[in-house]
Parts: sequence; C-alpha cells; structure tokens
Amino acid sequence: MISSFMFPLGFLPYIIGGTLIGIGVSLIYIATGLHATQSSFFDTTISFFSKRPYFLQKQYLDSRGWRLTFALGVILGALIYTITLAAEGFFTTSVEWWRLAIGGFLVGFGTRLSKGCTSGHGISGLASLSSTSAVAVLTFIVVGILTALAIQSLGVLP
Amino acid sequence: MKLKHVFVFIGGLFFGFGLAFGGMSKQEIVLSFLQLKDLGLLLLLGGSALVTAITINLIPKLLNNPILGGEFKKRKRTLNKRTVIGAIIFGVGWGMSGLCPGSAMASLGVGNLPVLIGIAGMFLGAYIMGRYFT
Repeated sequence: MISSFMFPLGFLPYIIGGTLIGIGVSLIYIATGLHATQSSFFDTTISFFSKRPYFLQKQYLDSRGWRLTFALGVILGALIYTITLAAEGFFTTSVEWWRLAIGGFLVGFGTRLSKGCTSGHGISGLASLSSTSAVAVLTFIVVGILTALAIQSLGVLP
Repeated sequence: MKLKHVFVFIGGLFFGFGLAFGGMSKQEIVLSFLQLKDLGLLLLLGGSALVTAITINLIPKLLNNPILGGEFKKRKRTLNKRTVIGAIIFGVGWGMSGLCPGSAMASLGVGNLPVLIGIAGMFLGAYIMGRYFT
C-alpha cells in the first residue's frame, strides 16, 4: 500500500540504477583515484574555447580530457540501455523548451557557484561524508521540491 | 589513448546505463519526485552514494595507490555562502525543468534531443558564473 503510493514504479529500477552508477564511480576511483562527477564538465569544456583565467586554472586544464571522455561514456551507456533493455525504445520529453532553457541556465550557474551538483555533492560528496555537501544536497532538494510544486500549482505540466 | 581514459570511459558507461535504467533521462520521472508523487529518486541517489561510500572509505585502506598509479584524491569543499546560494539557484532550475548535469547527458543517449536546449543553457550559465562572479 505504502509502496505503491510512494513508489508507483516500484523500488527495483531505482535501486539497480543507483547501484550501477555507484559501480561506475567506484571503478574510476579504484583505477585512477579520481572522483567522477558531472558539473565541472561545463567549466573544463569551456576551457577549450575561453581565454578567461578562471577557465584556464590548472585543475581544469588537467581534467578536461578525462571529463570529456567520461561524458561520452555516460551518453553511450544510456544509448546501450535504450537499444538493449528499454521496452519503449527512444524517449522524448514533453517538458516545454522554455523550461529546459531557463532551467538549464540556472542549473549551470547554480552548480558551478555551489561547486557541485546531484553527482558532485549528492553522490561523491555524501560518500565522502562531507557536511558541506550534505547542506548543499538538502538545500537543492528542498528548493527543487518547492519550485516544482509551485510550477505545478500554476497549471504548468508535467 | 591512455589507459586512464579507458577506465573513465567504462565507468561512464556504467554511470549512463544506471541513470537511464533508473529513469533519470526522463525529466517527467525526475519531476514526479520533485512533485512528491514518486520518491524513487531518493533510492537511486542513496544507493549510488552508499556503493560509492563503501569504495572511497574502504579501498584507500586496502591499497596504497590507485591501480593505475597516482593518489586517491580527497574531495574537499568548504561551506560558504556560495555553496548555499548556488544550491538554491540549482534547485530552482532543477524544479523548473527536471534537469541536472548528469541526467542531461544520459538524456542524449536515450534520444531525448530537446534536452540539448537545456545543455546549451547549462554551458551559458556556467560561463556567466565563471566570467562575472569569480
């Protein structure tokens, strides 16, 4: 009863998906000692094109190659799932373009200001038992819920 | 191609496969969590953090160095106003769109091409942050 109310799609897709993500991050850590996180990818990729000193800092220049490789792996991993297991095949969101554009802008700005996203603060940060990341995760989850509920109450769906 | 990139790439495959398997490449499922209709995202986030926590707290006690050499990096972040204000801005964007950086990448792999608009927005937002607020 509670499970179908709070977890209408069941537990398994989430637990298996989360475990696979953890295995991916673990494999990279054991092999290289690197924390495989996502949002730094924007700054390190901008460093290929920008001459601003912020983007040319050493840690960005040192990590821009493997972060690009990681992003390509993530895209291809999702493609492999889609062509092997996804019952419904390819998927296209019905979220309006303006929500993707404005939301995307705020995600890019906010994650770089906060120095972490759902993977940096959420996975690697919490796994590192970082109180800073715990504060960040709690903050973006609460604000995310309030924002989504507010937008829903204005009749904007999904 | 360095061996490091091979491992990073294979780790990325697991990461992207797991995100898609857990439905995160569908903004509708992320939004259904944020609208409190399906709390599964917490299981995915908690599960991935738990597996990762076991690895990064245990492996450095068993191995002196990563398999390919180098050192086990510590992820250091200090709590300040930027951490919290950034997380608030990210939360508003996430709640509006159902997008976060990793799931946006995975979305491309499931053919969810409208998300390219969101990724362009993320690059612009990251650029404006780095250009004017540092």
